[in-house]
Amino acid sequence: MSIVNLLRIAWQALRRNITRSILTMLGIIIGVGAVITSMAIGAGAQAAVLAQIESLGANLVVVIPGAITSGGVSLGTGSRTTLKLPDVDAIASTVPDVAGAAPYSQTSAQVVAGGMNWYTVIGGTTPSYTGVRSWSVAQGRFFTSAEVDQAAKVAVLGNTVQQNLFPEGGAVGSIVIIKNVPFRVVGVLAPKGQSGFGRDQDDTVMVPITTLLDRLTGQTWVQNFFVSAVTPEAVPAVVDATERLLRLRHHLTVAQPDDFTIRNIADVQQVRLATSQTQALLLAGIAVVSLVVGGIGIMNIMLVSVTERTREIGLRMAVGARGRDILLQFLVEALTLACLGGLIGIAIGVGTAQGSSALGHWPVIVSPFSILLGFLSSLLVGVVFGFYPAQRAAALDPIVALRYE
Amino acid sequence: MTDGALARGRATEAAPSTREPLIDVRDMTKVYGEGDTAVRALRGVSLRVQADEFVAIMGPSGSGKSTFMHLLGCLDRPTSGSYRLAGQEVSRLSRDELAAVRNRRIGFVFQSFNLLARTTAQENVELPLLYAGVPRDLRVQRARALLQQVGLGDRLGHRPSELSGGQQQRVAIARALANGAPLLMADEPTGNLDSASSAEIMTLFRELNRRDGITVVLVTHDVSVAAWSNRVVTFRDGLIIDDRPSAEAVPRRVRESMLGTAPALEARP
Repeated sequence: MSIVNLLRIAWQALRRNITRSILTMLGIIIGVGAVITSMAIGAGAQAAVLAQIESLGANLVVVIPGAITSGGVSLGTGSRTTLKLPDVDAIASTVPDVAGAAPYSQTSAQVVAGGMNWYTVIGGTTPSYTGVRSWSVAQGRFFTSAEVDQAAKVAVLGNTVQQNLFPEGGAVGSIVIIKNVPFRVVGVLAPKGQSGFGRDQDDTVMVPITTLLDRLTGQTWVQNFFVSAVTPEAVPAVVDATERLLRLRHHLTVAQPDDFTIRNIADVQQVRLATSQTQALLLAGIAVVSLVVGGIGIMNIMLVSVTERTREIGLRMAVGARGRDILLQFLVEALTLACLGGLIGIAIGVGTAQGSSALGHWPVIVSPFSILLGFLSSLLVGVVFGFYPAQRAAALDPIVALRYE
Repeated sequence: MTDGALARGRATEAAPSTREPLIDVRDMTKVYGEGDTAVRALRGVSLRVQADEFVAIMGPSGSGKSTFMHLLGCLDRPTSGSYRLAGQEVSRLSRDELAAVRNRRIGFVFQSFNLLARTTAQENVELPLLYAGVPRDLRVQRARALLQQVGLGDRLGHRPSELSGGQQQRVAIARALANGAPLLMADEPTGNLDSASSAEIMTLFRELNRRDGITVVLVTHDVSVAAWSNRVVTFRDGLIIDDRPSAEAVPRRVRESMLGTAPALEARP
């Protein structure tokens, strides 16, 4: 019996009970739809987390000052003033496997340019920052080491600031005033988007760290060091070596705790990634359960169908159908149900994913792999749950089947 | 009707040599169950049927005639004994081999027609051809020719529910003939029909037998149906107790009243 004939027989049988066929498919439709939707949402969430890791900078380690504890009152992490600019140079030059190290301090201020003004974050750093944070310059240039040494009054604008202060363009070469100090704009940073915590990273102005400390904040210490390791594998070693170096430079005895904290940002993000993976897995688990329930529905209806059509089976056997022909007939029928359900489920799953992306602004990614997986799992369900009823049909005794009332 | 051409291929296949019977059953037994509860449905039956015979099998319920019919129809295997069908020993074949024998050598006609519901007459006739792997064009062509032959050329697209009982049984007969089987097995073929339709169906059987040389074996408990046959085999308690020409087995008045209603037949070749 050719596959075309098997499909035709299956199609006729399913059309005969159209309502029942659709209700039977419902389980598979929901199951496959759930597989596609959950995978799209899971993949979207993971991609978002990965993009955030990417935007932070490669293999990033952050050093922040420790907490001051005075008379039993702790002022919290970052309140110490022990991180100094020479520490950064020492890390960059002596710690092995460091790709770059940059200091970073910030303050907030009103920035004025002509008739426009904008309240933003003023960051102070060194040219290493662009490498450490994987952040490139879109227009003009970043400031140089020489300008850092001279505490030059130069600034690089973030994309958001540029758009607000210079909606017409022409930022490079203009003068902006920050806390009554005029800065010459030498460049504009490429857009970087939101940070992992929802802050607009492009809403910033970068100036040399020396200029920031001398002219804008009056501080002598640095708020953060950004250190990047050459490879992800080198990050733990860089963390250890940086800790030892800083303890040495800060003259801490064995009994004294660190006066700084080192954070492996990638680790934090990895935890978030793992969390989103777990959520995706959980959703997929629910989807699998509904697929199994759908499969049981198919098996149930196929068993009913075999019983109802016992005489037909007997007749087919009498006119020459072998057990294999009957087995295939019912298997193809179950498969047709499952595959049709799968295809409808894929359509609904893709629709739901796109809908939740459009309405809920969730990041979703519908991958061809998830569609293939959805279809294959419906196929598998059809075979697994169609086999038993089909085998029962094939094992019928033609005489008994012919006499069945 | 153009049945001659259709029948000829069948006749050559059916009778390979001069004297070999189409059906040759020897010492056939069939036991259901085991031990004390075993039921001996057939207790050693031997029967030879020549190609182109028309045999009626009679007997009361439980006589073993249905069991014998199933074994002749290759729907089941005997417990012991041999069965040669058209020269082939079929008593020890596997399920699938039996299916192939049924497909090619035997056509079944049932009391309840057993047509597929919601399926056209033509598709019903195509069914055995489908399992024989006949290509679509040939299937359609053959099914149409057969329906024409049984007088339903204008009912090809009708479904069983749109046909009378007699018409449905004609579709079933066309289906039984589809693969050119030399042997037609009928189980109470007129049991669900009124007397006029019954006569039509029996006439068709006799026509197929006399003109096309198809061997007909039919099971009935109705002596007026048996009157249409040439030979009546009677079963009782799992044994053949009587086997004689129908002229002797069926009372004269029954034969005359039955055959008197039949349309005239052309002479046997």
